[in-house]
Amino acid sequence: MNAFFAQLMAGLATGGIYASLALALVMIYRSTHHLNFAQGEMAMFSTFIASMLITAGWPYWAAFFATVTIAFAMGAGIEAVLVRRLRNAPVLAIVVVFVALLVILHSLAGWLFGYAIRPFPSPFAEAAVAGGLLSPHQLGAIGVTLLMLALMYVFFRYSPLGLQMRATAENPTSSRLVGVRVNRMLALGWGLAGAIGAVAGMMIAPVVFLDVHMMSGVLLYAFAAAVLGGIGSAPGAVIGGFIVGVLENLLGTYVVGAELKLSVALVLIIVVLVAKPSGLFGKAVVARV
Amino acid sequence: MSETLLDVRGLEAGYGAGRVLFGIDLQVAAGSVTALLGANGAGKTTTLRALCGLIRRQGRVTLAGQRIEGMATEEIVRLGVAHVPDGRGTFTGLTTEENLRMGACTRRDKAGVREDFERFYEYFPRLKERRQQQAGLLSGGEQQMLAIARALMLRPRLLLMDEPSFGLAPKVVHDIFRIMRRVREEQKVAILLVEQNASLALELADTAYLLETGRIALAGPAASVRSNKAVRAAYLGGTA
Repeated sequence: MNAFFAQLMAGLATGGIYASLALALVMIYRSTHHLNFAQGEMAMFSTFIASMLITAGWPYWAAFFATVTIAFAMGAGIEAVLVRRLRNAPVLAIVVVFVALLVILHSLAGWLFGYAIRPFPSPFAEAAVAGGLLSPHQLGAIGVTLLMLALMYVFFRYSPLGLQMRATAENPTSSRLVGVRVNRMLALGWGLAGAIGAVAGMMIAPVVFLDVHMMSGVLLYAFAAAVLGGIGSAPGAVIGGFIVGVLENLLGTYVVGAELKLSVALVLIIVVLVAKPSGLFGKAVVARV
Repeated sequence: MSETLLDVRGLEAGYGAGRVLFGIDLQVAAGSVTALLGANGAGKTTTLRALCGLIRRQGRVTLAGQRIEGMATEEIVRLGVAHVPDGRGTFTGLTTEENLRMGACTRRDKAGVREDFERFYEYFPRLKERRQQQAGLLSGGEQQMLAIARALMLRPRLLLMDEPSFGLAPKVVHDIFRIMRRVREEQKVAILLVEQNASLALELADTAYLLETGRIALAGPAASVRSNKAVRAAYLGGTA
């Protein structure tokens, strides 16, 4: 029974990371209707930057916040330089560009940082808590994730800038007609998605170790989470993330085995898309004209 | 004679290869109401879209002495040009109150914004009742009121209005025009009003232009346009 709870808690811990990355995907999907396949590689790249800073002797949290800032700039930069030019491009062209971005970031990271697997430090102390069910890192990662999600919620729900971003995501033309500088909002959205991804990367790296492939599986789980939550719903992505994390751990341990864990995510994506494309929490916005 | 706020010369615009406007000249005096009339497809909506930069345009557009024909929509809006668009442009997923807050999102005078909330809730009590509701669930008339209130929240110098009567019940149209009369008296705003309902528009307007297939066919004080025989026959349902 204890082992079961341990798996459950471990599932919640990784689920929080899937939730973060899923939230980053949803943020970009809501504002531009693009699925950013490169989201995971952006996070991986940012985590390498954090690793570099820490190796250079920076204190952990200084490196953490510097990385989040750099990741924000990177996301906003990608929007301004690349994505903006695709606004009227056909869907397939956009998909190709995002896949290309994935491969480019992947190879660039390999070239710059090497393909060796490296350890990545956790900022949380090395003592078991909660009766040994949760490692301090798992607990810390859950805490960081929940704090970040809460900050996002407050930002979008209560700040004027968050309101403008929601409005831009929903109706860019009307937003321009009330004076919103739409390009800035989109760059800001990409920046935030980059920053959230960086946090997710730095939280998962101590668990899976740092290497250029570390986010490829995580991205699939994040896609499964976003689809399960109803792509386009931020709370759905978060809850979807926790569900996928728990399912992955429990099914991986007790049913399908570790080799087929990743298939769980893919099967889930297919089942949701076939049976309930709007997802569990996909809110149908009713419009009367 | 009041000064000219908006001066348009030789405005041309269209969609893709198709041209809709063939050189339009029109003026809107500060604080006045100017009606732009015409049949379906004459280019009324296109004129408003061209003025605020939503589509490509050529010609000369001057707002209070400043050339604006090369500017982006959001920058023109920030000069004080509000737009009640065709189809109302409601932010359907936001609440009524959030829609209004979006209207004031470029303003920095918080006290003034708070006052304007009260003022426009008083103009449109229905909106106050529904301030926390998702705006997509409002009725067509309520959404039209919301579009007008949202545009006024900018405290514009110039208000472009696209068919505020479109698709609404006569009683609602009557209410909206009653409030527009009030807007005209109480707010220092010039209105460029596009309407298919010519008799309503001419009641409100000081000046009127008649648009026919992308050209100005007739212009003058509203009273003289109203008494024009051809206009009476074609647009006011009267006998020639």
